Amino acid sequence: MKTWFHQWGSPPHFYERAARWTPWFSVLALVTLAYGLIGGLVLAPMDYQQGQGYRIIFVHVPSAWMSMFIYTTLAIAGGIALIWRMKLAEVYIAAAAPLGASFTFLALLTGSLWGKPMWGTYWVWDARLTSELILLFLYLGVIALYSAIEDKRSAARAASVLALVGVVNIPIIHYSVEWWHTLHQGPTVTKFDKPSIDTAMLLPLLSMALGFTFYFAALALVRMRLGLLQRERYSRWVSDMLNQSQVKS
Amino acid sequence: MNSSTGLVANALACRRADRLLFENLGFHAAPGQLLEICGRNGSGKTTLLRLLCGLRQPDEGQITWQGQDIHADTEVFRRALCYIGHLNGLKADLSPLENLLADARLFGANPARVEAALETLGLLREIDLPCQRLSAGQKQRTALARLLIRGTPLWILDEPCASLDRQAQQQVQRLLESHANNGGTVIFTTHQPLVFEQGNVTQLWLAEAGADA
Amino acid sequence: MLNAFLTLLRRDLLLAIRHPGEVVDAWLFFLLIVVLFPLGTRPEAGLLTALAPAIVWIAALLSTLLSLDRIFKTDFQDGSLEQLLLNPYPTTVLVGAKVLAHWLSSGLLLILASPLLAMMLGLPARAMPVLMLSLLLGTPVLSLVGSIAVALTVGLRGAGLLLPLLLLPLYTPILIFGAHAVQAAALGMSAEGPLYLMAAILALALTLAPLAIAAALRIAVE
Repeated sequence: MKTWFHQWGSPPHFYERAARWTPWFSVLALVTLAYGLIGGLVLAPMDYQQGQGYRIIFVHVPSAWMSMFIYTTLAIAGGIALIWRMKLAEVYIAAAAPLGASFTFLALLTGSLWGKPMWGTYWVWDARLTSELILLFLYLGVIALYSAIEDKRSAARAASVLALVGVVNIPIIHYSVEWWHTLHQGPTVTKFDKPSIDTAMLLPLLSMALGFTFYFAALALVRMRLGLLQRERYSRWVSDMLNQSQVKS
Repeated sequence: MNSSTGLVANALACRRADRLLFENLGFHAAPGQLLEICGRNGSGKTTLLRLLCGLRQPDEGQITWQGQDIHADTEVFRRALCYIGHLNGLKADLSPLENLLADARLFGANPARVEAALETLGLLREIDLPCQRLSAGQKQRTALARLLIRGTPLWILDEPCASLDRQAQQQVQRLLESHANNGGTVIFTTHQPLVFEQGNVTQLWLAEAGADA
Repeated sequence: MLNAFLTLLRRDLLLAIRHPGEVVDAWLFFLLIVVLFPLGTRPEAGLLTALAPAIVWIAALLSTLLSLDRIFKTDFQDGSLEQLLLNPYPTTVLVGAKVLAHWLSSGLLLILASPLLAMMLGLPARAMPVLMLSLLLGTPVLSLVGSIAVALTVGLRGAGLLLPLLLLPLYTPILIFGAHAVQAAALGMSAEGPLYLMAAILALALTLAPLAIAAALRIAVE
C-alpha cells in the first residue's frame, strides 16, 4: 500500500501513466455518450406530460451529478494535499475545479432552458437550481483563491482548505435551501425525479452519466499533466524527458 | 557530543516559487554554539530560519530538536524556541510593557521578568509609551527583550542587530555569547560584522541564489 | 492554556478600545444599510415589515464581512501572527480567543442595535426577542466561518474583493434560518425550528472552524 501510494505520488510515473490512460477514457466517453445521446434523444419515448422538452434531462441531470461529484473529489484531494502534501492532489485541485465549475454552469443553463417551456420563465427559485447556483459560487471561490495566490503550492493548499469547508457546508446549504423552498411554495413535485422511470429513459441517462465521468477523467488527466509540467518545469525528470524527445526527433 | 542534542538539519531542500534556494543542506547546531547563516541577499537565509522554526515545511529533508522531529511534538519544540524575525511582533498601539507582559503570559513565561529585561536593554524611560512612538532601534530592543523573558534554550534570530546603534549591537553580541556560554544554542543572520571574542561561532554559507539544480 | 486564551482575548479587546474607529465604522455601516433600504423602496409599513428580517440579517452579514477584514491583518503585518503560530499552546485555542474578541467588538454590538432598527422597520414587538436570539446564535457563526476565509486571504493584496466571493455563499444557511426565524415570530408563529437549526450550526462551527482557521493561517505565513 505504502509503495503503491508512493509510486503514484511520483510525478514522472503519473505523467507517463496518465498519457497512456487518456485515450482509453476518451474512447469510453465517446461510446457511452453516443449511446446516451441516441438512446435519449431518438429512441426514448416522448413524455406524455412534457412532450419533447423533457429530453434536456439527458444533459441536465448528469451535469448536476457531476457538479456534486467533482466538488466531493476536490475536498478529498484537498484532504490528501493537506495531510500528506501529495503533489498530485494539489495539481488535481487546480485541474478539476474549472471542469467542475463548467459542469455546474451547464446544469444551471440546461435547468433554466428547461424552465422556459415548463414554468414560462428562465429562472424560478427552485430549490435545486438555487443550490446549484450557490455551488457554482463555491467553485468560483476555489478557482479565484487558487489564482490569487502566487506560490502555487500554497495556492493549492489554501484551495484545499476552502474545498473542505465547502464540502462540510454543502449539505447544510442544500438542506437550508430545501427548507426555505418548502416554506414558501409548499412541497412541489420536482419535475426531474420521477418516482418510476422507464428503462428506455434510464439506460441512456446512466450511459450519459458514465460518459460525462469518462469525459471528465480524460480532461482532468490532460490538465493534470499540463499542470505537472508547469509545476515541475525546473526539475530533473522534465528536463530529462525534454532532452530525450529532442534526441529522438 | 551526542549528535542528537541541539538542532540538527538533515538534507534540507527548499524551493520558493520556481527557484531552488538550497538543496541537500545539513548542519548541526549543538548546545553552546553560535551558528551564523551567511549568504547574499535573496540566498534564502530568512527562508531557512523560518524552516528551522517550523513556520514553513521543507520540500525535502528533516529538522530535529533533541533528536525529535520538530513537527512531531510541536509543543516541546516551541517551548524551547524563541524566534525573532524581521517583523518584530509588537502591537503599535500597546506600550513595550503591555506588549511584553502579554507575550510572557502567552508563552507561559514569568511576567515578573519583564521589567528587569526592559531595564537591561535600557528601555525604562519608554516603558509606557505606545510602540508606534518608539524609534526603530528602541522597537528592536523591545522585541529582543523577549529573549531574556522567555528563557528558552534555542534562539533563532533574523537580523537581531538591524537598526541598532553601535553600543546596542555590542550588547546584543554579549547577550548571544553569554547565552552560548550557558549552554544555549543561537542561530542567526546579520549584516553587521560582529566580532565574537570567544565561543565557537560557526558560519554556514548559502550558495548563490538561482544556481541550477 | 486558559491564561494564554484570556491574555490574547484581553490584548485584542484592548486594541479594539484603543482604536475604536474601526469598531464604530462597521457598526455604522450596519445602521446605514438598514436606513438606506426604505429609501430604495416605498416606506410602506406592510412592505417594510415583510422585508425587515431580511434587511437586518443582510446588513449583519455585510457589516461582519467589513469588520472581519481586520481580524488577522495587523497581526500578519506586524509579525504577531508568526509569534502566535510559534506559541506552544494549541493554535485552535488561541484562534478561538481572537474570534471571540472579534465577535465581542462586532456581533455583540449588532445585537444591541438590532431592536431599534427593527422598530424603525416596523417589525412587531413580539418578534424582538427572536430577532436578538437569532443574532446571538448566528453572528458567532458569521465570525467563525468568516475568519476561515480571512485567514486564507490574509497575505493577499486584493483580499478585500475576494472575501465576499468566498464567504457569502457559505453564509446562506445562516441568512435563511436567521431571517425566517424572525419572520415566523413576526407572524406570530413558532420560531423554534430554525433557532434549533442555528444552534446546531453554531455547535458545528465552534468545533470545526478553529481547525480550519489554524490550518489556513499556517498556509498564509508560509
